[in-house]
Amino acid sequence: MTPIEWAAVALGVLGAFFGLVAALGIVRLPDVYTRAHAASKSDTLGAVLSIGAVAIVLQTDLSTIKAVFLLVFMFLTNPTAAHAIARAAQDQGIEPWTADDGEGEP
Amino acid sequence: MTDIGTVFVVLAGAFVVFAGVALYRVFAGPTTHDRVIAVNVAGTNTVIAISLVAAALDEPVFLDVALVYALLNFLLSIAFSKFNVEQGGVL
Repeated sequence: MTPIEWAAVALGVLGAFFGLVAALGIVRLPDVYTRAHAASKSDTLGAVLSIGAVAIVLQTDLSTIKAVFLLVFMFLTNPTAAHAIARAAQDQGIEPWTADDGEGEP
Repeated sequence: MTDIGTVFVVLAGAFVVFAGVALYRVFAGPTTHDRVIAVNVAGTNTVIAISLVAAALDEPVFLDVALVYALLNFLLSIAFSKFNVEQGGVL
């Protein structure tokens, strides 16, 4: 394999790791705000790293441009969506989780 | 399919598994917001899996599908949060 392919594999594996972190955060964290945090940060980083791997593997011009476009789009919209949902939750009066509600209650 | 194609197909399978794990929160989540966040994460993982398969099979047309899927995923979240605030819940 060429060095470019090794770089792509490294980026993809790192992205899969952050995807795993996001999935665990969605399942294990205690309330809606912490889950929005896990969804916005970890999943966006996993998406950007993985689509970056796709962008450097596809060597044709137009598909690399499409992959970079998808990457930038993910980078902008994913935290925006999580923020909008968390704000809707706050407008509906859902209280944030505190340590008094139970230690590590999933 | 080259050997890097095999690696990318395995990574796409891993992202599909992570989407399935996030779907547990759709089933169990106490509020509707939890469910929408989990659906958003599952949709993002689907977009990543589609683009990884596009790189693995060397079919750049799949990237168009991934772009449209990402647009619809974003639209779902924004529309849900707006309707939910204005009308007190759609689901």
